[in-house]
Amino acid sequence: MESKLALSEKRIERARELAKRIVSPVQDFIAEHTTVTVERATLRLAGADGADVDGVPVPNLIVDQLKSKLENGAVTYYVNALLKTGESVDGLNRKIAEGMKIADLPLGDKMAIDRKAQELVRSFSVRVKRNRAHREAKLKQFEGRNTSPLLYVIVATGNIHEDVKQAQAAAGQGADVIAVIRTTAQSLLDYVPYGATIEGFGGTYATQENFRIMRAALDEVVEREQRYIYLTNYASGLCMPEIAAMGALERLDMMLNDSMYGILFRDINMYRTFVDQKFSRMINAFAGVIINTGEDNYLTTSDAVEKAYTVLASQFLNERFAFEAGLPAKLMGLGHAFEMNPTLKNGFLFELAQAQMAREIFPEAPLKYMPPTKFMTGDIFKGQVQDALFNFVSKVTNQGIHLLGMLTEAIHTPFMMDRSIALENAKYVFNNIEDLAGEIEFKKDGLIVRRAQQVLEETVAFMETVDKVGLMPAIEQGQFADIKRPRDMGKGLDGLVKKGPEYYNPFESYLKNELGLEG
Amino acid sequence: MIIRPYGDTLDDGAVQLSFTLPVPDGPKGREAARLFVEKLGFKHTEITHSHALAEGFSFYVAYGKTETSIDFDTVRIKEATGDKVYSMDEACEVIKEKIGRKVVVVGACTGFDAHTVGIDAIMNMKGYNHHYGLERYSEIEAYNLGAQVPNEKLIDYAVKVKADAILISQIVTQKDVHIQNLVEFIELLQAKGLREKFIVCVGGSRIGNQLAVELGYDGGFGKGTYADHVATFIVDRVIEQKVAR
Repeated sequence: MESKLALSEKRIERARELAKRIVSPVQDFIAEHTTVTVERATLRLAGADGADVDGVPVPNLIVDQLKSKLENGAVTYYVNALLKTGESVDGLNRKIAEGMKIADLPLGDKMAIDRKAQELVRSFSVRVKRNRAHREAKLKQFEGRNTSPLLYVIVATGNIHEDVKQAQAAAGQGADVIAVIRTTAQSLLDYVPYGATIEGFGGTYATQENFRIMRAALDEVVEREQRYIYLTNYASGLCMPEIAAMGALERLDMMLNDSMYGILFRDINMYRTFVDQKFSRMINAFAGVIINTGEDNYLTTSDAVEKAYTVLASQFLNERFAFEAGLPAKLMGLGHAFEMNPTLKNGFLFELAQAQMAREIFPEAPLKYMPPTKFMTGDIFKGQVQDALFNFVSKVTNQGIHLLGMLTEAIHTPFMMDRSIALENAKYVFNNIEDLAGEIEFKKDGLIVRRAQQVLEETVAFMETVDKVGLMPAIEQGQFADIKRPRDMGKGLDGLVKKGPEYYNPFESYLKNELGLEG
Repeated sequence: MIIRPYGDTLDDGAVQLSFTLPVPDGPKGREAARLFVEKLGFKHTEITHSHALAEGFSFYVAYGKTETSIDFDTVRIKEATGDKVYSMDEACEVIKEKIGRKVVVVGACTGFDAHTVGIDAIMNMKGYNHHYGLERYSEIEAYNLGAQVPNEKLIDYAVKVKADAILISQIVTQKDVHIQNLVEFIELLQAKGLREKFIVCVGGSRIGNQLAVELGYDGGFGKGTYADHVATFIVDRVIEQKVAR
């Protein structure tokens, strides 16, 4: 792609080099650790599922039983129990839910455990590869039927069955991507609830059964509309890798998944997050799931002009963390947002500059572009115009995933008609300027070109300082989003476990091998 | 003075509406929509647009004229602050002159609510829409505890820093989850015998002063509120308390 902004290749390269240096020591830390949710995710991949009478999920029951034995990896004990009891996976799950203790069963022959574990790895692999193949086949069958950028809308009723109605309606109206927003507290739960749920606040619980219900509902629409509908959820919070595991099994297509969001915006411990994000991303990579990163959050807490460089720096870091987990660029929905104050003179030019800059720096990434939210006021008429400008920038800079702005943002979670109005707005703008991107060049040394170059320079300067102090100290000092997060504070730290010399996780080994990762 | 909505002629009572009906789009749906608008009391009703939203759902834009009126002179507002709102500098001047020490404010988004946007708009240095937040006020000591703060923790913190005022933000209001949380906070404060110790305010896009007062708060702040409004309310209340003592 030719550059319209005359961005310096050398400076972009320097930023990538810095990202690699910044992320590298964190990778060393990650390699030596596991967490309760990494172990539970592994158990889920092996088939652990269900819950006891109090609703405690089977993967949690197992991990809670293991305590200090967790340093050996939970799979050993799960597989050992399968062999010792002669049960099927379902049978063993039921027994554990009924109170069976598997931690104290004498450990059998290691070779036998490994043989059985490899069987489970194979059935996981077959299931996820089948999901991938199905998605790829449908995308090919209905090629050219999706809008570009992909039109992404949110449903958030709290009741999965109501979500289904809203999602099917939105997909019928032209949405390409349906995200089911999670209930507001879920990111801080250290377990994933079980079964279909009908109550949530500001969203719906992410559960494997809810995933399955929504997937089936959208697959109906896929056939009716002859268009693939991407299903999205949140592999974030304290159960990042478990949600990724569930998504891989139930064929979700996108996951919100950021390497630092939980640390900064949810006060989750940084060690915990770094370990969790890696395993979650390995699962996403293997399942062909597009991650959506959360850079828009930097701009809802800070100014979109002054702090534009924090977005680009975070994109470089997210990209590096993702590469380290085996994700190819085409699965990286790096985030950014249209969040400048609408009263700003020439604000539109700056938005255009930053969106085009992201496009040129990450040419293969399906960039996730977020709509105005912070400056939406309740004046729905103005909101509709703000959204139209956002739609224009997104199309003319070829963004990948376009989260539709709602004219009723800041008033309520979207009504059915709000989504329809938003979709009509976007389709109108996109169609009207379909080929405009190819017609546009920017004035050399004009406002737009200079703005983009300035943000890149600020980004490199910022990353140089982060490289000097190190990523973890930089986060402790509040260099990201002005939020200070000490490394030994935050939620979920007690779930961090140093891997023992006997640590065994054949799923992790399998994923590494498949993804071409070292070690 | 008797008033009605104004379209292009005084007292024409013109109103625009839009809504969804759970029926298919078509002549019957449009007539149902028109009759519905008539039933609301509108005359000269017109459905200017309709389209299908999904199987069994349709969207309508409607216009009508109403004879309903309001006597403007009898209207009483229920805002926490009156017409006089201090600017940041004015507020700091008043604190220096009439209070003579820094005013301490603790704020948080409480319960399960994870949205800091409201409390940040009021408290963060940067503020919102060119209105600086309370952290910027030289005469205010502001502590923003962020989101998902338990009520108990917020109270403990307010006691620790000897706060004059506690600010609570509630953004998520689905199924009235905020009401429950707000009531619990006041009850907890009362149980500890601390209700009179603090000026307690709540804010959020769906919060009004009336609701706040009903729930036992001193003031409530909804849409269009900036730090200026909140600071004005707190400063005036602190002065009132000082005079009362």
